[in-house]
Amino acid sequence: MKLKGAQIFFECLKREGVEVIFGFPGGSVLDIYHEMPNHDIRHILVRHEQGAAHMADGYARSTGRVGVCLVTSGPGATNTVTGVATAYMDSVPMVVFTGQVPTALIGDDAFQEVDIIGITRPCTKHSYLVRDVNDMPRVIKEAFYLARTGRPGPVVVDLPKDVIQAQTDFRYPRRVDLPGYKPTLEAHSGQIKRAYQLIKKARTPVIFTGGGVVLSESSEELVRLAETLKAPVTSTLMGLGSFPAVVPDSSGNMDLHPLWLGMLGMHGTYRANMAISHSDLLLAVGVRFDDRVTGKISGFAPKAKIIHIDIDPTSISKNIEVDVPIVGDCKNALRKLIEAAEAEPIEGLDALRAPWIEQIRQWKETYPLAYKQNSEIIKPQYVIDKIYEVCRGDAIITTEVGQNQMWTAQYFHFSRPRTLLTSGGLGTMGYGLPAAIGAQVAHPDRLVVDIAGDGSIQMNIQEVITAVCNCLPVKVAILNNHYLGMVRQWQELFYDKNYCGTCLDASPDFVKLADAYGAVGLRASKPEEVEPVIREAFSIKRPVLMDFVVSPEEGVYPIVPAGKSISEMLLV
Amino acid sequence: MEIRTKDRHTIGILVQNVPGVLARVVGLFSGRGYNIETVTAAETHEPGLTRITLVTTGDERVLSQIVKQLNKLVNVIKVYDFSETEFVDREMALIKVRAEQQTRAEVLRIVDIFRAKVVDVSPHFYTLEVTGNESKISAILELLGQIGIVEVARTGKAALARSKKH
Repeated sequence: MKLKGAQIFFECLKREGVEVIFGFPGGSVLDIYHEMPNHDIRHILVRHEQGAAHMADGYARSTGRVGVCLVTSGPGATNTVTGVATAYMDSVPMVVFTGQVPTALIGDDAFQEVDIIGITRPCTKHSYLVRDVNDMPRVIKEAFYLARTGRPGPVVVDLPKDVIQAQTDFRYPRRVDLPGYKPTLEAHSGQIKRAYQLIKKARTPVIFTGGGVVLSESSEELVRLAETLKAPVTSTLMGLGSFPAVVPDSSGNMDLHPLWLGMLGMHGTYRANMAISHSDLLLAVGVRFDDRVTGKISGFAPKAKIIHIDIDPTSISKNIEVDVPIVGDCKNALRKLIEAAEAEPIEGLDALRAPWIEQIRQWKETYPLAYKQNSEIIKPQYVIDKIYEVCRGDAIITTEVGQNQMWTAQYFHFSRPRTLLTSGGLGTMGYGLPAAIGAQVAHPDRLVVDIAGDGSIQMNIQEVITAVCNCLPVKVAILNNHYLGMVRQWQELFYDKNYCGTCLDASPDFVKLADAYGAVGLRASKPEEVEPVIREAFSIKRPVLMDFVVSPEEGVYPIVPAGKSISEMLLV
Repeated sequence: MEIRTKDRHTIGILVQNVPGVLARVVGLFSGRGYNIETVTAAETHEPGLTRITLVTTGDERVLSQIVKQLNKLVNVIKVYDFSETEFVDREMALIKVRAEQQTRAEVLRIVDIFRAKVVDVSPHFYTLEVTGNESKISAILELLGQIGIVEVARTGKAALARSKKH
């Protein structure tokens, strides 16, 4: 039977198990929208295409499934670019379908024509312009396969209008044939052996994990290996949640995991950065040694041999030379290391590790993360503490970018993977709200909270209405300090307190704004109002914007100034 | 054989011949700040496969990144850094040289020495075709330069490893 391209589109998505599309219609994709009511697929109509991309991203990060968005040609496509780049930097599986002008008009500067394949080439895992309806099934199959396998990433599929109008016999290919794409999943046994020999000799090892552990679903293996080796664990922003920050102690109270160091890097904990600096062996798992993590390269783990596990060979020895590279899926490599550790246990491990564990305990007690909450003005960290306390850590948290993001990383003790959704690599302000909506679509019964700043939230605030009209009860906690706080902090510390362009003295009334959108607005201006506002917000089954009027000049500490070693932290 | 300077590398890239593949390869170089000195691309004897030969510069770390980043491209089937092995390389140049009565004989002598060919003749110019490795092309250009070169079109390098198939 002959099907139109637009029908083929839905048949393919059905076979890929797609349940929801985040999209916005326009001339070039009208045939697909015309066909949409005939198919059992949910469509979330956004208010800006950037929102669609971040929603697909939030959906993908919170589930591990491929997020899908659908936009029209030209501005519809270009509006997704920040979302595509965000997903690319953080390795998020996503397929973005963009409309395109009819093939006969491509290159003629037609109305709403843009070369989106050219524009997105550097920020996609791969991309396709479909010129023939007969190619559609193969291309869509490949797009989903590429998005979710190997190191995941976004794939753009550009669909000219005449292609989705054309008819052909529909056959979905059973398998993909990509001769140039063969990701290495299996870790090399010889390298595992070499790695374990180094691990065995180490006195002060640190396991350093990143987003790869989340992507490969290998939290269980990570915990098992860390406990087997009695090796402390630190994580990048992207890896938070893959190692349980808190665990029940002997009397059932939740306490920090004794091996947990917290996040490392520019705003890492004192103990994590000190541990890295004094480590004699670093086991890096699914990380890419980002500059926000390493600080000055020569000052990063100067005494350590480095073992690096990553599925992407380009990540290895890109920024930091490593001693034992292991290309492969983190889960596979961790399992093999566990096998090695169990087959050949380290003798006298407790005694060997005791001084190291003790040293870390001392660092932790010398400079714990801290702030002083007075009775006058709300500290932003206090809000995050209270959110954590009220939900008992059981929530999906998204963040915007800047201070809100770093305080969240520091004060919310993530203990399960896929519970922190944040733009780590690109640092996209405006990510948190749409990502929260995407996560809420996937998890209708879970608490989803966007921890935001008053600057970031305004970058995609239009999506509040998307949450309202789709009955998605996301909660937004705005840490309102009337500044672009992180940039202001840099100006304070490194730019002579020249606060140019960072004061947001004119902002909307977020409570009234919530009301105008049909959401609920709540405000806390005093410390004692924080907890009641959070409790009320969490009890409401509708979207809520919480406006926390916080101390305007609070900074994120510790901070490692750009270009310094991570042991050179400013602590207050 | 190619005279190798330390940081100069010839890279062979076997790619699927699909639209945009060259843009992906050269875009990777510009986007990541790598250098391209010459690039050639044409279909091979195997249908659907194109061989790109590219000359680039960079230290060991940069080279290793270039090779890995190229391998990461979905349409790239194989990448070969020829500096790791013996290889043959050639390029071709078309040279339009001034050929007046008094210089023609000298031009033809040079053509003979370099085993070049005269492929077009007009009242005042000869157009020559010369193939060889880079230093041979440079040498003939230098000699003809003294007579008067009007225009040059060089293909850039094509290369194959000497031993097994790459």
